[in-house]
Amino acid sequence: MDGHDAALRLDGGRPATAQRPSSVVGRRSLWLLPLAFLALFYFYPLVAILRQALMPAGTPDLEGLRKLVSTPVYARTLGFTVYQATLSTLVTVILGLPGAYVFARYDFPGKALLRALTTVPFVLPTLVVATAFTALVGPRGVLNQALVNLLGLEAPPIRLMNTLTLIVIAHVFYNYTLILRIVGNFWANLDPRIEEAARVLGAGRWRAFWHVTLPLLMPAVLAAALLVFIFDFTSFGVVLILGGPRFATLEVEIYRQTVDLFNLPLAAALALVQILFTFALMALYTRLQARLAVPLELRPQRLTQRRPVTWRARLFVTANLALMIALLLLPLAALVARSFSTSAGLGIAYYRELFINRTGSVFFVPPIEAMRNSLLVAGATVGLALILGLLAADMLARPGRLSAWLDPVFLLPLGTSAVTLGFGYILALDEPPLNLRASPWLLPLAHTLVALPFVVRSLLPVLRGIQPHLREAAAVLGASPWRVWREVDLPITSRAVLVGAVFAFTVSLGEFGATALIVRPQFPTMPVAIYRFLGQPGELNYGQALAMSALLSLVTGVGILVIERARYGGMGEF
Amino acid sequence: MGGWVSFDEDGGRRAEGGGAPSSLLEVHHISKAFGGTPVLRDVSLRVAEGETVVLLGASGSGKTTLLRIIAGLETPDSGRVIFDGRDLAGVPVHRRGFGLMFQDLALFPHLNVFDNVAFGLRMAGLSRAEVAARVEEALELVGLSGFAYRDVHTLSGGERQRVALARSLAPRPRLLMLDEPLGALDRVLRDQLIAELRDILKGVGVTALYVTHDQAEAFVLADRIALLHQGKIEQEGTPEEVYRHPATPFVARFLGLTNLLPGRVTQVQPTPTVTHLTVATPIGPLTLSLDGASPPDQSEVTVLVRPEAATVLPQAGAMNEAAVVSGTLVERIFQGGRYRIRVRLAGDIEMNLEIGEKEALPAPGEPIRLALRREAVSLLPALA
Repeated sequence: MDGHDAALRLDGGRPATAQRPSSVVGRRSLWLLPLAFLALFYFYPLVAILRQALMPAGTPDLEGLRKLVSTPVYARTLGFTVYQATLSTLVTVILGLPGAYVFARYDFPGKALLRALTTVPFVLPTLVVATAFTALVGPRGVLNQALVNLLGLEAPPIRLMNTLTLIVIAHVFYNYTLILRIVGNFWANLDPRIEEAARVLGAGRWRAFWHVTLPLLMPAVLAAALLVFIFDFTSFGVVLILGGPRFATLEVEIYRQTVDLFNLPLAAALALVQILFTFALMALYTRLQARLAVPLELRPQRLTQRRPVTWRARLFVTANLALMIALLLLPLAALVARSFSTSAGLGIAYYRELFINRTGSVFFVPPIEAMRNSLLVAGATVGLALILGLLAADMLARPGRLSAWLDPVFLLPLGTSAVTLGFGYILALDEPPLNLRASPWLLPLAHTLVALPFVVRSLLPVLRGIQPHLREAAAVLGASPWRVWREVDLPITSRAVLVGAVFAFTVSLGEFGATALIVRPQFPTMPVAIYRFLGQPGELNYGQALAMSALLSLVTGVGILVIERARYGGMGEF
Repeated sequence: MGGWVSFDEDGGRRAEGGGAPSSLLEVHHISKAFGGTPVLRDVSLRVAEGETVVLLGASGSGKTTLLRIIAGLETPDSGRVIFDGRDLAGVPVHRRGFGLMFQDLALFPHLNVFDNVAFGLRMAGLSRAEVAARVEEALELVGLSGFAYRDVHTLSGGERQRVALARSLAPRPRLLMLDEPLGALDRVLRDQLIAELRDILKGVGVTALYVTHDQAEAFVLADRIALLHQGKIEQEGTPEEVYRHPATPFVARFLGLTNLLPGRVTQVQPTPTVTHLTVATPIGPLTLSLDGASPPDQSEVTVLVRPEAATVLPQAGAMNEAAVVSGTLVERIFQGGRYRIRVRLAGDIEMNLEIGEKEALPAPGEPIRLALRREAVSLLPALA
């Protein structure tokens, strides 16, 4: 190790003399923007929840919390939230690990496409997923319709609606790809020679896996499982629609207490519990993540993969691919099929209806206006999230104590439930000094907050991966600090920027938890419109929910394919 | 370095003497510490226009840090860097107009060969036509004409190295610094590129400061060598001077001269031209002559026996040798044209020597008698 290596460790290779003081100050002051954003639109609403929970009338009053503890229904809600999340996570991991292995160690035709497709469920709006499952297994779903017609039954034979089973299935559909990605990527880069060494030393295939591969894999499995658990724990739309009145997670209960019962102190108390849980989970996740970064001997993926040759390998790969495709395709196919099958046969009546402004309907404008609203909000979200995300990533990419400390802070919104966030906005941004209740910016701000961790996480690994020498080389060749950023950092991250932009776009399009609470009723977004349709009786309303869900999943799906194409060989965390 | 005034003056100060051309770069008393660990300690260095100076040293000797300080990528704790009479303190790295070739080359992965080479020219604000012409010129110089639109990922190690060189040279820097640019290449490619590099540097006439840990590389390239050890310049001089008169046992070892013996001067006989000395060593007394140098002022010394010093003796009675020593031949390795032998001498001292292939060597394990030539034996300060 030479002298300059010591320098790299100590000051991150950022040469003091390379930066004129003025530009350093300018850049650093820009870093305040994302920090201010977090303070204002994340921590301030959280503090408002805290205040509402602990002193709703300005004086300490623990009535809400007391009620929470003394009423069994809330303990049951928390219990159910944990139970369904644990169950969903277990099933997801058990189903996902073989899939991760298939992706990690085998090469097969159509792999890239399938990998891209498996991401689609993860970013599909919850409302779309819920609607898709009703279209598949609901009383009016394709399976039941087919069975009724085929067997001449009186009533639909599959009764999965409002059951825990369906909730778990939907959660698996959602998060399967997380296991596939996080564990699969790690596994794919794990040097197979480590396992081979164990085999040479006399360990059988199974023992080599159990004693060598699995321990090495464990941080990745735990991190992925924890992330899945967090998402299941804060699940809202899926439980709200598929669970019906029987099941309520904390999220659903907060929503009901706020919107239906307007019991703000109790909602705040619930939100507080939610926040404490998710913070603890996120802290754990961040720790695991750091462990994942331990530099094992990782190998380029192309060296670790082979084609399945033996019949056993083929069977294994085929079975897993079949599961993936079934899990992935069935609900979406059912959604699309069902959206075209009207009571008068196949047709586009449901879609046409979206463009008609009927009197007496749940809307005062043609429902398709919701699409316009969604696109406007998503556009604004992309702009905000990119500006803030680039600044935040630029700050976090500098090694040092400050960025090490701030890194998890920027991850926090990811673990904070959207409903809690929306509830916090209602409490905090509804009154002076910051009254945004009627502002068209309220939704983009909330969506930006939800999207920001995704944007930052897309950019950060790429920015951190830039060799400090590249920036120095540019500086030596005459590029000023600003020019270095423009000529080196920006072009190298351009694809990651695109990925971040599409993430922000899809997150905004599908966001329902926060939106449900803070949306202005006359400007519904697509998920809000779907929810309203689902809440109305009648074939036509359900049909429109299907049609709009299909449209929304189409837009989201296209976005995901763009992300996949732009992604640098599996970089980024999601 | 103690009392070895003769060698010190010889090796260490000659470069700064009045006869040298005026210096383009002057480094004055640079010190730098990282986290309390000193990396450079009062380093001074001059580089004349058109000269290639090689900073030679092991890992951690501070040579890269010195380069980075001159480039403006680090700030010294104390000391000054003067370029063309101007103090560079406060001049940011991008305004210094130097070239720097990194060990890992640091080619821009998002740019093709042309745009990599064009980078510095664009920063200098040259017109499109000028940029294109200069890039073409630089690529031709390094033998990469026709590679302009290749992606840097598709290049071989040697080709990348040339692109990096072209990128550093294209803006015509007044000072080109190279930080172990061949470090990542394998031996064969290295030997081939080093000669080319020398031709290019000399052809362009650029003033160059080259960092390496490889003395063979240093000898090919250097007009002068500055040998760094633990953040200090241990010796400075032409390759011949440094090799012939290593100033310290460390320098000798670094140059691959490993036959070092502790000795004590027992007799001094000055004559008008040379000084004859007798030195007691574990392998017996050695007699040697110092050209026009004043005798050492300390009696404790280190004796350096060069590998080429020995001749195999069939019997006693060779002339003008430093000594005749007897021992056992431990091993002999034929190296084509010569043998590399290891002998065990009195006091269990082992020496590595080179013997011409025609000389009659006994079999390993057999006794051997060797004459050590005076001119291949020299004195260094005592080991610390």
